[in-house]
Amino acid sequence: MDRRKLEENIFKGMMIASTLIVVGSLLSVFIVVILKGAPALSISMLTQIPKGGYYLGKEGGILNAIVGSLYLAGGATTISFLISLPTALYLHEYAGRRLATLARQSLDVLWSVPSIIYGAFGFTVMIYLGMRASLLGGIMALTLLEIPIMTRVMDEVINTVPLRLREASYALGATKLETAWNVVARQALPGILTAVLLASGRAIGDAASLLFTAGYTDNIPSSLFDPVASLPLALFFQLGTPFPEVQQRAYASGAILLVIVLSLSIASRLLIKRFTKYVIR
Amino acid sequence: MFKPHVSIEKLNVYYGEHHVLKDITVDIPERRITAIIGPSGCGKTTFLRSLNSLIDLVDEVRLSGKVLVDGVNIYDNGVDVTSIRKRMGLIAQMPNPLPMSIYDNVAYGPRIHGVKDRKELDQIVEQCLRASSLWGEVEGRLREPASKLSMGQQQRLCLARALAVEPEVLLCDEPTSALDPISARHIEEQLITLKKDYTIVFVTHILRQARRLADYAVFLYLGELVEHGPAGEVLANPKEPRTQAYLKGEIS
Amino acid sequence: MNTRRLEDLVVAKLMFSATVLSSLIVFIIAFALFQKSTPILTTQPLSELLLASSWHPWKGEFGFYPFIMGTLWVTILAMALSIPPSLLMSIYLAEYAPIKVRGIIKPMIDLLAGIPSVVYGLWGVLLIVPLVRDYVAPLAGVSTTGYTVLAGGLVLAIMVFPIIISISEEVIRSVPQQVREASMALGATKWQTVKHVVVRTALPGIIAAVILGFGRAFGETMAVLMVVGNVPRVPSSLFDPGYPLPALIANNYGEMMSIPLYDSALMLAALILLLLVLLFGVLAGIILVRIKRRYTVG
Repeated sequence: MDRRKLEENIFKGMMIASTLIVVGSLLSVFIVVILKGAPALSISMLTQIPKGGYYLGKEGGILNAIVGSLYLAGGATTISFLISLPTALYLHEYAGRRLATLARQSLDVLWSVPSIIYGAFGFTVMIYLGMRASLLGGIMALTLLEIPIMTRVMDEVINTVPLRLREASYALGATKLETAWNVVARQALPGILTAVLLASGRAIGDAASLLFTAGYTDNIPSSLFDPVASLPLALFFQLGTPFPEVQQRAYASGAILLVIVLSLSIASRLLIKRFTKYVIR
Repeated sequence: MFKPHVSIEKLNVYYGEHHVLKDITVDIPERRITAIIGPSGCGKTTFLRSLNSLIDLVDEVRLSGKVLVDGVNIYDNGVDVTSIRKRMGLIAQMPNPLPMSIYDNVAYGPRIHGVKDRKELDQIVEQCLRASSLWGEVEGRLREPASKLSMGQQQRLCLARALAVEPEVLLCDEPTSALDPISARHIEEQLITLKKDYTIVFVTHILRQARRLADYAVFLYLGELVEHGPAGEVLANPKEPRTQAYLKGEIS
Repeated sequence: MNTRRLEDLVVAKLMFSATVLSSLIVFIIAFALFQKSTPILTTQPLSELLLASSWHPWKGEFGFYPFIMGTLWVTILAMALSIPPSLLMSIYLAEYAPIKVRGIIKPMIDLLAGIPSVVYGLWGVLLIVPLVRDYVAPLAGVSTTGYTVLAGGLVLAIMVFPIIISISEEVIRSVPQQVREASMALGATKWQTVKHVVVRTALPGIIAAVILGFGRAFGETMAVLMVVGNVPRVPSSLFDPGYPLPALIANNYGEMMSIPLYDSALMLAALILLLLVLLFGVLAGIILVRIKRRYTVG
């Protein structure tokens, strides 16, 4: 009897210790990055582009990266949305079982592909098309990244739309398109927004796919064919320099990136909560 | 004639605000089959589960009163819950075999209580499978997953598993309601055989089953103990009007 | 045919195209990478490339062995470090933690799962590398810059925690109550029930979670790249620098066009990485099906 209790208590202790270790380390990531980054944040950091030379210039801020990331994520999210929503709706209302299973499985597989592969692939396409590293290239790569995430999350969300709603629509003589658009999409709207937030959060934070495809620059791109800076790459490139001013920019990028991504995450979480509040399990 | 084995005194059970069992006081006789009858939702299952302290698993449950086994209140602070449960075997309504082989299902109980010797376990497994009349059907395939058995066989396996920890009392919650008639009869026959050595308490909503098996009957209605006594009396000549109404089928 | 039906048909066709396109992406990528790898594959057999240890692109030597080893070292270390605490924590959250505690910790873990790789890398450079250099290595009597396989493994382990934990915890929680009850009714303690019955039932899901974590660790690029040293030699100890496959691809995109066959070699590396990650996914699926078949009850 005592032996059983002893074993239970030992394991309980180990469990709590593990929890503390895991939670502690994850929190330390947040703390370290913010602690280093917050002092580097200033109005000039946020509103100026780097000056004085091929990203080793000591003055200026990270506006190039902030705007660049917004352009990249905005473009990729839009295009991805235009592909993902129809796909998700199609899978739900129209597709036969075989196509649906094939599509879902290949999207699941795509989800776990490391983003560097998208970068490599994007690169081969760009070479083939004669493109150089540019905003457009980066958008393409990020779109590939976002599609599986957005589609699958939308797919899951649309699945929770109760059958009787769709039945009601069909019973009134609506076509599939009308049902899909007016009933299903509308019912699932919060979930669809969640999918968008989730996917764009992932895209904003990604560096590997942009290495090959988006290039880097101190300036804000004025056309789709200009190279573009991004927060993750700003962090990556500027971290290893011997110049503290440049390092400061890296830390600032890190802090801002973290805040943006976490905000998107929290927003999508709140949306999910609101969405499932009325769903019956 | 009826020596009490388990004595329940002023048992009250609350699920949150809901008063499920109201002031139950009754003695369960030793080595007899006691049937708990009554309409659905009247607290029969709750009653059964308060006898082996299994209702503690649910949150928001409050309990007052005493359940005495051989004079010791199982809800006293110093009492070890796991050893109480060892003494009260439970057979649930839906067969719930553990995710293991047939052999391991029966051996699980003895193992967790310290039995390690292989030969001893083999013996226990065979004995208990015989006692629940399953041995003949599984003798050659003890290593197969329990999930492969039919429902009736699974329920007999659960019986064997319960017997393996050498309980004194068997608590059965509508043990045959999920089974086909033939398997149900098997279980009933086993219970009759087992009453020589065990105190058996079973919940049922099948009056005919109660008449077939019970020595002692307890009628619960809406959480209250309406009537109890030797089965012959309660089931044939009940004193309480509510019991009469239930037996006639007027309330269910 | 009235306009409603026409509209329905046309849009359906468009949606169909979108769906087919999405499904084919992974195949298109694999194909393109393969195409780009063929130049180097025609110069040397694959087995030679995979087992050769010398990496001197300007001499035309492309031995992938150090990178494969580097990947293995870092990934296996990360999994070894992360599986035990993750499992224990999942069990704790699912079975023992008070509701309030779970309500705070679980969302926190999910939130932290979204942290970008480069940010983990930043943290690694600021915290882990000095930790290894100034504390761990001296304890082992070794002197190092801190940019080591150990640092890579530690950072990866932290990154993998949320995946394993969130899936395992869900799976453990979804073990049906009847099975738990059956064990408790026999007089088992809570821990015995958890150890012998609950975890056993949840095993397929837990294994799937681990494999998923493995796959993620394998392909993780930026964070590891920033702390692992990037020296193209086979690591011989935890305190050596390493050079995993994704890092190889990421670091050298700049030079790849200027040396013949370099780009083809990197595309081959990408292809290998892709195939390995796909393999993990398939493996996870198969194991899940096999175990489920063998052990589920009811």
